[in-house]
Amino acid sequence: MAALFLRRIVQAALILLGVAAITFLMLYALPADPAVLLAGRNATPQTVANIRHQLGLDQPLAVQFWHYLVDLVQGDLGRSFNQKTAVAPLIAARLPATLTLMAAGIAIEVVIGLTLGVVAALRRDGFVDRAVMTMSFVGVSTPQFLVALLLLYVFAATLGWFPMSGYGTAAHLVLPAFTLGILGAGWYARVVRSAMIDVLGQDYVRTANAKGLSAPRVVLRHALPNALLPVIAMIGIDIGQFMGGTVVVEAVYGWPGIGQLAWQAIQQVDIPIIMGVTLVSALAIVLGNLFADLVAPLIDPRIRTA
Amino acid sequence: MLKTFLRSTALAVAVAFAPAALVTGAGTMPAFAQSQGGDIVVTYKDDIATLDPAIGYDWQNWSIIKSLYSRLMDYTPGTPDLVPSLAESFTVAPDGLTYTFKLRKGVKFSNGREVVAGDVKYSIERAVDPKTQGPGGGFFGAIVGYDDLVGGTATGLAGIETPDADTVVFKLSRPDATFLHVLAINFASVVPKEAVEAAAGDFGKKPVGSGTFVLKEWVIGQKLVFARNPDYFEKGVPHIDGFTIEIGQEPLVALLRLQRGEVDIAGDGVPPAKFLEMSKSPEFEGMIVDGQQLHTGYVTLNTRIKPLDDVKVRQALNMAINKERIVRIVNGRATPANQPLPPLMPGYDKSYEGYAYDVGKAKALLAEAGYPDGFPTVLYSTNTDPQPRIAQAIQQDLAAVGVKAEIKALAQSNVIAAGGTEGEAPMIWSGGMAWIADFPDPSNFYGPILGCAGAVQGGWNWSWYCNEDLQKQAVAADSLSDPAKKAEREALWGKIFIDIMKDAPWIPIFNERRVVAKSKRMGGADNIYVDPTRVINYDAIFVKP
Repeated sequence: MAALFLRRIVQAALILLGVAAITFLMLYALPADPAVLLAGRNATPQTVANIRHQLGLDQPLAVQFWHYLVDLVQGDLGRSFNQKTAVAPLIAARLPATLTLMAAGIAIEVVIGLTLGVVAALRRDGFVDRAVMTMSFVGVSTPQFLVALLLLYVFAATLGWFPMSGYGTAAHLVLPAFTLGILGAGWYARVVRSAMIDVLGQDYVRTANAKGLSAPRVVLRHALPNALLPVIAMIGIDIGQFMGGTVVVEAVYGWPGIGQLAWQAIQQVDIPIIMGVTLVSALAIVLGNLFADLVAPLIDPRIRTA
Repeated sequence: MLKTFLRSTALAVAVAFAPAALVTGAGTMPAFAQSQGGDIVVTYKDDIATLDPAIGYDWQNWSIIKSLYSRLMDYTPGTPDLVPSLAESFTVAPDGLTYTFKLRKGVKFSNGREVVAGDVKYSIERAVDPKTQGPGGGFFGAIVGYDDLVGGTATGLAGIETPDADTVVFKLSRPDATFLHVLAINFASVVPKEAVEAAAGDFGKKPVGSGTFVLKEWVIGQKLVFARNPDYFEKGVPHIDGFTIEIGQEPLVALLRLQRGEVDIAGDGVPPAKFLEMSKSPEFEGMIVDGQQLHTGYVTLNTRIKPLDDVKVRQALNMAINKERIVRIVNGRATPANQPLPPLMPGYDKSYEGYAYDVGKAKALLAEAGYPDGFPTVLYSTNTDPQPRIAQAIQQDLAAVGVKAEIKALAQSNVIAAGGTEGEAPMIWSGGMAWIADFPDPSNFYGPILGCAGAVQGGWNWSWYCNEDLQKQAVAADSLSDPAKKAEREALWGKIFIDIMKDAPWIPIFNERRVVAKSKRMGGADNIYVDPTRVINYDAIFVKP
């Protein structure tokens, strides 16, 4: 266990270094010059040169990258070109919103996905199964912005049950979390269904049934835990995804997460913020996978011995 | 000498105060009296980048910074007319090289300290100092000692003197008729040194000024809360008690919330797709402000790339574009343009007819230039709607006269980079990049975008147009700094722009209007919601009783 943990930490560090290097190189391969954008059109070439010098953009790429890494190791993500303020607090200020939305979104997709998946597996090939699978297919293929706008229009604008936009109360969280949850639930339902069908066909389930155990007990106690493994892996993936990839949902609901920050920074070629958000998202993906690796043995003893 | 001095002084003060008298006249509108009080909510999609006046330079923070700080000069709300603000009075020496300002007495920063002449000097030096990394230093290039401060051989500007606590004297190295405007732009905002130093590099998030409002709270990524400055030196200004800016609000969602009365001003305006629906719906009556701004959208014709180096070709292309049709693409939110200056700008020539849309004439002129069958070329455009659609319309119009333009729709920064590289971009549609003028003076439309100084690597003169003769006239016009010669100077500038059109380095396309949506309880004329120098004028807007 400790060895696994250590190996993962080393891997994570290498992955982050790789992500940092690739992002850095790609951003500098852009023909866009942040100094020109910042200086505006009344700036003399001298002003632009000054700004470029102040930002350190006139140094060789390798030197710039080295400086960035040295700062990074000390926990310094640099200063935003556009906002002229440190990047770390900007990201930190948005982390609670992102984490809240991530947790709520995952909770909803797991609850809905598990329930539907189990029900579909138990009623295999029946009407319920087909209905659930069609719904999950629609959910998986519907674009986020469409669901987000629909929910917003119906439940906020028309019915007025929830606030339309913003952050702070539980009511604000409901619609964005459900947007993520409904769409993600489709994946979970499909995965749980096939895992359950697989497990329900196993000999020990037949034995449990033959012993005369009640159906709920067989399903919940014997079958479901064995079908949960892929779900844990998916949660691990979602942790990483939702940390950096909920830009659309955040934009529609005015949710102050880091996706929103990233989107603005990209438009302004604010390299330090883009770098910072990319690294935080990469870190989340690494941690999400680590989480899956660590939790899986707790649920399935077979992995522990292996 | 003294006599001339006195005369110019008297004139300056007269010019300065005439519009001030007008404010009070125009300000009290008979229909609804300005009432005091009320807290309003304003929404934006993007973060407020900074509230540091030496750094902030986008249309969002521009209007907020205007209200947080005060400057020696300002504008009558809703107009391009200069008035003294933090200054009580000023004089301009006859040679245009010395400006003397008397400060208002008893003006206080929101930290309680009185504003003195040294603060003005400090603030402008800070804006120019390369260490500040501000984009506005170049505006102060005429002040004596500018080169030394920028070059690092001095720590201050020798040309700003403060003989006593109430007097600021500016010495210029060359006459600059726009200097009073320069003292009214955000970069000239007066800040207290101790607060800048206490903020330790984060003044943009911890602003202290002497303007109409004070920042009360800033929740990063969520909202900014402003409250009125009870000590503001002009009595009865501002009218609202405070405003809250909510960040991260999608424009369409902001409009829905506006309809429900949760929002008072949708700062990002009305998306083009929604504009027609809203302007026709009775539900939105009185909620849409459609105002002119100091904006011209144009196509640059690169005078250093064949065959656009031929003036006949450029004139022919000017006749080939159906501007009315392009205006329809933006749902009529613009007016066709025929010259570089927008109609609100002093110096705009109403009588000029420009190059009328005439496909036959355009073809004939192209044939005369030796291109009866047209030629292939490239048209750059930014890639956000509606710019590519406008570029397509231009492409079709060009095709009608035989010119086959390939469209390159790129991210804004890439288009800017291509425009500033010699020999790179034959034609650029400026949409999404031709922003509002910094101050309402015609010279602002010349120097960087049509003057010789802008035709350099990384510059904004994407036509790479440089007419030495007109350049001399421009310098001459900007030397007329006597406020009494304002009309003469504006006439000179007007002529320069019409002469530029003879060389046809641009195809002026349209002057875009700005559309802002506001709740029904918000009062005041349209031109304080789309103020030519501020966008939203928080000092002037009010809540109806």
